Amino acid sequence: MVFPKPASESDLFLPYNFTSPHNADSLPRFSIPDNSMPKEAAYQNIHDELQLDAIPKLNLASFVTTSMEEECNKLIMESINKNYVDMDEYPATTDLHNRCVNMIARLFNVEIGENESAIGAGTVGSSEAIMLAGLAFKKKWQNKRKAEGKSYDKPNLVTGANVQVCWEKFARYFEVELREVNVREDYYVMDPAKAVEMVDENTICVAAILGSTYNGEFEDVKLLNDLLLEKNKQTGWDTPIHVDAASGGFIAPFLYPELEWDFRLPLVKSINVSGHKYGLVYAGIGWVIWRTKEDLPEDLIFHINYLGADQPTFTLNFSKGSSQIIAQYYQLIRLGQEGYRRIMEDCRENAMVLKKHLEGTGYFNILSKDNGVPVVAFSLKDRSQYDEFKISKMLRRHGWVVPAYPMPPGAEHIKVLRVVIRAEFSRTLAERLALDIKNVLHELQKLPLNIKDEKSMVDTALEANREIIAQESNKRQKIMAA
Amino acid sequence: MVISSTVTHPDEQRQSITCTFASRYMRDPVPKFKLPESSIPKDAAYQIINDELMLDGKPRLNLASFVTTWMEPECDKLIMDSLNKNYVDMDEYPVTTELQNRCVNIIAHLFHAPIGEEETAVGVGTVGSSEAIMLAGLAFKRKWQTKRKAEGKPYDKPNIVTGANVQVCWEKFARYFEVELKEVKLTEDYYVMDPLKAVEMVDENTICVAAILGSTLTGEFEDVKLLNELLTIKNKETGWDTPIHVDAASGGFVAPFLYPDLEWDFRLPWVKSINVSGHKYGLVYPGIGWVVWRNKDDLPDDLVFHINYLGSDQPTFTLNFSKGSSQIIAQYYQFIRLGFEGYKNVMENCLENTRVLKEGIEKTGRFKIVSKDIGVPLVAFSLKDSSQHTVFEIADHLRKYGWIVPAYTMPADAQHIAVLRVVIREDFSCSLAERLVSDIVKVVNHLDTLPSALSSKSAHVAVIASETSKEVKKDITETQAEIARYWKKLVDGKRVGAC
Repeated sequence: MVFPKPASESDLFLPYNFTSPHNADSLPRFSIPDNSMPKEAAYQNIHDELQLDAIPKLNLASFVTTSMEEECNKLIMESINKNYVDMDEYPATTDLHNRCVNMIARLFNVEIGENESAIGAGTVGSSEAIMLAGLAFKKKWQNKRKAEGKSYDKPNLVTGANVQVCWEKFARYFEVELREVNVREDYYVMDPAKAVEMVDENTICVAAILGSTYNGEFEDVKLLNDLLLEKNKQTGWDTPIHVDAASGGFIAPFLYPELEWDFRLPLVKSINVSGHKYGLVYAGIGWVIWRTKEDLPEDLIFHINYLGADQPTFTLNFSKGSSQIIAQYYQLIRLGQEGYRRIMEDCRENAMVLKKHLEGTGYFNILSKDNGVPVVAFSLKDRSQYDEFKISKMLRRHGWVVPAYPMPPGAEHIKVLRVVIRAEFSRTLAERLALDIKNVLHELQKLPLNIKDEKSMVDTALEANREIIAQESNKRQKIMAA
Repeated sequence: MVISSTVTHPDEQRQSITCTFASRYMRDPVPKFKLPESSIPKDAAYQIINDELMLDGKPRLNLASFVTTWMEPECDKLIMDSLNKNYVDMDEYPVTTELQNRCVNIIAHLFHAPIGEEETAVGVGTVGSSEAIMLAGLAFKRKWQTKRKAEGKPYDKPNIVTGANVQVCWEKFARYFEVELKEVKLTEDYYVMDPLKAVEMVDENTICVAAILGSTLTGEFEDVKLLNELLTIKNKETGWDTPIHVDAASGGFVAPFLYPDLEWDFRLPWVKSINVSGHKYGLVYPGIGWVVWRNKDDLPDDLVFHINYLGSDQPTFTLNFSKGSSQIIAQYYQFIRLGFEGYKNVMENCLENTRVLKEGIEKTGRFKIVSKDIGVPLVAFSLKDSSQHTVFEIADHLRKYGWIVPAYTMPADAQHIAVLRVVIREDFSCSLAERLVSDIVKVVNHLDTLPSALSSKSAHVAVIASETSKEVKKDITETQAEIARYWKKLVDGKRVGAC
């Protein structure tokens, strides 16, 4: 979306770089061109412009998968014209979707029989998954309050201040009050005790994160479950838990199978996970799983007649491509448990390598935990001469995209740099990055004082402006840190 | 579900030279419910999935869907190259973001949004019209609530007025966002929303009236101009300022090229937002829609999340966050590749092929054409005489020839009418149209030789199953099950595959 700002003359037309007669005129940028052009020219034009985008693989800000095997690419291209929602027409694709739901549900230890079908859906990402889960909680809570004859117009949701922006979206769009537990220095995730304190009769659920976007830490879902059980016994409110396992959902089952965070805990009623993060699929696929049929209110489900049998659907999006679902199934059968385990172990290993190098410089504090999503979040021990944002900027010049942002409310004075270790981030790249970070540190130390030390040089107006930009940048980073 | 053991199978050692179909992976049952323990070679994974998908319908023969099923290879290449770009990473992929903004502006201008030469439009790319409609609806709801709060009036019972022919995503919006859906019922021979009845239903709690440009069932354009005029009068009397939303999911890329003089878009003052599906007549693969607002004021600021983009403010307002960039790039490709003349040529071809199909069907003398000439290029037709056989049987039999032609019943209050609907897409050529007509004729002739399947008097029904004339006898239970299925389809008619 674009906001009004004066465009220059050169912005309104696109100049060409070919000499063919078709390309003699420049292309309008804001309205549809009157004439067609040859397909080769159209391709070349767009292809060339896109060269200016960053290289996806060097983007260390994102959890989202950027490379898949050729065989999978082939399957993706072959199914790009299949509309996922046409269940009648593409029954095999629908079947694959259902199989993915079942496999992921069992990965999360859902309590169902061998041949029973799990309750869940494929979504476009964790945002849609979270909205669906939140909607289910809201409707269930409303139905309960109506039956009890109590007011149901002020639902709220309890979560940590480290929560990803889509929870704020959910709260704003679906009119639920968001109650955030502030973090504090050295404890950058939601404190279960504080969260349970905030729960009241209007709470539709408590949302815990498995793999905080800020530092990859797993929240203590087990403790939350135990505390909430006690409170529920006292109050009779039956407040449930939702686990946002967007990044952690495909890590914990393979690296930490003993960690109890999923449906093994009785109050966990739904879980979401991003297929396009550690599910190892390209952007555009997420999954939401419910514990049982009862956790998904019937009046939210739309029933479609599928080959004579009832196919219930509950998604925000309708028509969309089938490619990512097929790609997810490909990864699940191609890798199997051993494949995923090997990859996650590699990621963890590379994260340790990077962490060791950074600690070795003596300049950084490591804020990420060893047990968690393979992410290295680090901050400067000494921020007097230059800060994390400066380092981030300098690293860009070397080609790396490493974001810097402040910690959530409660610890905003702490700034971090965060490197996400994805499956395609090899040991070589880890060592190269460490080397480049060391180089950047040297460069920064060599810079003369009056350029480094911007605070003493700048007048108040400029500083105020910088503050505003920094604030906006924080918001952006918070959103981007997903 | 077989859980593979850890013993090394002789095949694994010869993995690289063993032909996939000779390997043990073709013997093991395919994993369905549980994540398999071991990995398998990528060739085997590819083959397993590829073979299962062969049983899917052929996208191009799917005449039920408006959604595009073919694009040029150059575009396929661009799509492939951008599969790994996460659209929401605006910092990292500024050009992709720029292409999205250009598309929004192009579409806004196509719909005559009242913006100056130098101004930029307010709109966004979505995953489809469902998301687009939810965003538009949310904007109306929030705007109405703010207004009511300022007036000190209650704001807990919002409603939306639309026709009963509306697509299922409006019902989803109503249910998920707690808005009452007020549907204007249809009547025989008038299968779209009647503007007069709609305006009658408007009250102080109405957040907007939604008109459809290209009804899913008959392709007809609703009379948005008349709706606008009637609403102008009512708004003047009541002071409620009820706005209009146009669901141009299919019609948005048809009307500007075939019927440029038809006033349905922002040329009408009460139209505040429009949605269109890029993946229908926008000629892009599934997964892209667009919503455009008239101007900034129609999009309440508290719904918009502000992101700092390259130093300047980039507002975003979508339900989905991370998603692929491919379809956005494909949409832009189509805009510059085809241009206005290209889209116009494609639509004119569709219209011509529609005419050929319609005339062919009319010539059989057995059908009544329900769709109009002016509208989205599709042919909806019902049987003149449904006493012996139904359109559902015709649909079933056409499947044997490879065609997927859906049969639906009309929504309330015209449920007794059932139609077959053929959507004419870009890749549906004249020769395919003629072929379809001849196959319909074959099916109808064939059905004439069969006793009525709806009769429950006979205990045995003889069905000719294939070209080799093998007769298959069904017993009572099966017949009853079949009848039950037909009735179930009649009841659930609206929800079957209509998009």
